[in-house]
Amino acid sequence: MSGLPLHPATLVLLIPLATASLLALLPSYRLTARLNTLAALATLAAAVSLLVDDPPAPGHYLLVDELNIVFIVLSTFVGFTTSVFSASYIAHELAIERLTPKYLRFYHAMYQMLMFAMNLALLADNIGLMWVAIEIATLTTVLMVGIYRTHEALEAAWKYFILGSVGIALALFGTILVYMAARPVIGEGLDAMVWTVLLGHAAAFDPALLDVAFVFLLLGYGTKVGLAPVHAWLPDAHAEGPTPISAVLSGLLLNVALYAVLRFKLLLSGNPEALAPGPLMVTMGLVSLVFAAFMLYRRRDIKRMFAYSSIEHMGIITFAFGLGGPLANFAGLLHMVMHSLTKSAIFFAVGHIAQIKGTQKIADIRGLTETNPWLGWGLVVGVVAISGLPPLGIFMSEFLIVSSNFAREPLLAIPLVSGLLIAFGALLLRLNGLAFGEPTGSTAPAEASYVPMFAHLALVLAGGLYLPPPLVLWFQHVAGMLH
Amino acid sequence: MHGLAFDIAHLLAGGLVLVSFMLLYQDRLYALLNIFALHALVLALSVAWQAFVQDAPHLYVTAAIALVFKAIVIPVVLHRIIQRLGIHREIENVVGIGLTMLAGVGLVALSLAVMLRVTAEAAPLAREDMAFALSVVLLGLLIMVTRRNAVSQVVGFMSLENGLVLAAAGAKGMPLVVEISVAFSILIAFIVIGIFLFRIRERFDTVDVQALDRYRGERQ
Repeated sequence: MSGLPLHPATLVLLIPLATASLLALLPSYRLTARLNTLAALATLAAAVSLLVDDPPAPGHYLLVDELNIVFIVLSTFVGFTTSVFSASYIAHELAIERLTPKYLRFYHAMYQMLMFAMNLALLADNIGLMWVAIEIATLTTVLMVGIYRTHEALEAAWKYFILGSVGIALALFGTILVYMAARPVIGEGLDAMVWTVLLGHAAAFDPALLDVAFVFLLLGYGTKVGLAPVHAWLPDAHAEGPTPISAVLSGLLLNVALYAVLRFKLLLSGNPEALAPGPLMVTMGLVSLVFAAFMLYRRRDIKRMFAYSSIEHMGIITFAFGLGGPLANFAGLLHMVMHSLTKSAIFFAVGHIAQIKGTQKIADIRGLTETNPWLGWGLVVGVVAISGLPPLGIFMSEFLIVSSNFAREPLLAIPLVSGLLIAFGALLLRLNGLAFGEPTGSTAPAEASYVPMFAHLALVLAGGLYLPPPLVLWFQHVAGMLH
Repeated sequence: MHGLAFDIAHLLAGGLVLVSFMLLYQDRLYALLNIFALHALVLALSVAWQAFVQDAPHLYVTAAIALVFKAIVIPVVLHRIIQRLGIHREIENVVGIGLTMLAGVGLVALSLAVMLRVTAEAAPLAREDMAFALSVVLLGLLIMVTRRNAVSQVVGFMSLENGLVLAAAGAKGMPLVVEISVAFSILIAFIVIGIFLFRIRERFDTVDVQALDRYRGERQ
């Protein structure tokens, strides 16, 4: 950073890192849970102040521009609300002795470590640094997915580990190829790995090398986005880990990986002779969408079902960015924000529901609106939102994506719209059973924190009804940057 | 001198591909680990040679990491784990060895065809290195898919990673190579500790990943 040691961008990194080491040392779980929330709030404050602060000149390692500010603010906001939810979720896990205080210490330290890694990946102005950050994020989430140490949790963690490792290995090969392409133009050394420099010289790079690099990067980081042929880790990791981690995985980590893909897409579109990255992303997006939509019907586990719904939505977002152009990019950004907010709200509800009922099986959960009206109706609103019904925010962004698609590539609208409809049917079918009908299982009142869930849902509703002009202007500007 | 430098680099990188092939047909775990130690040794020599040719002293660090960590520490630890878990038996392959070798030859041909074409303008040394590195990466992937055993999947992953280090060392003047090889070593250490700490045998009764498949997907 250029001579500004306490610039908000550095704070966004330093606060989680310092808190992570502190949390690893503190024994009391009440204190660590509070400290976790507090640190997440401080990081959010630092991220918001990025909005008003002048961005510093991009250095060799860090970069602040309009594109990553959107991601960072979203990331730190969901990180904060999830830490509030996590405090009440964890208290219950401790009460039923599913987790011990020793594991909790580890859990909170890892939570802040994950926040650090994601913010670092978003702020990185260096393709090598970004790769390292995403690797750290993968490692911390693997450890958290396996934290319950049951058969299923360990298997999920192992699967995630192996697939995630292969993904980041491929991404590293792509990164090396980008360096190879840049070296003859920029020269040896650090400069040939710096985003801003790379972007400025992209037109002079060897197009064939860039093409091969992008294929590796798309497959590598695409594994972490959860795109269809390489998504297999995602449902298990979501279903078997603690629910706050499912919320952070779906709401944030997938976005961070997508951000990496977007940066490289920008690089490729800066070179007129390289292959157009759009069609590749469009194809992978559509395949993910249609595949996940069909898979939704066969789910019996509630967290697994929403994990498939995340694959579906990441497919839609990748499709939108692949389509490109101001409108589709705008819609893609909006959809990403709305999906993060809605999906984490759903996981907040599902986390408490699974705790009350003592099961994640959809068949054993009925009549939630009668037994636990707040949670039940929260889930109803969340699922209605995620399936794309008006007046909530996701309807708006999906509508924009479909209409820009009709204007540009009408034929592609057939798989897109049918995928959306199939997923819509599956979600509402399941919702009916979950929320209404004869109640089953425990009817104990939940000791839940409703604030994060309803805050997210309120934002999604507000986004569907009215987008404030400064926000629209901001997103339009970022969409313009993305080509 | 330049001709000799090129020939030795070529020899070492080609040797790495050859050792990758040797990994492909091993059917005992101990033998697999020994061959992997050889793989890491060839990598260390290759990276050290690149350090010498490119006059890049930081690459010696990467070579040293490869030598100490991957050629000695990891194989020894894995040996111990296998002994402790009592799984020193044959490795089950998903497909026959003949077919696997054929697929391996196909992958090497593919990576040569792709990399030599797209790097036409790069220096010949870097060019061949990248082509060999991609072959090693793809062969590593092939080992991971054709083995059902968790330990041999890890060996497959480590050989894949050796290919990446070869690529990074071959890309002349690439920064952060040392950092990346450290990051990878941490990753691998995590995997190995994971095998041991999670005590896959205790949890799953066997380190055969096929047994894990029973738990896959939905539980009724």
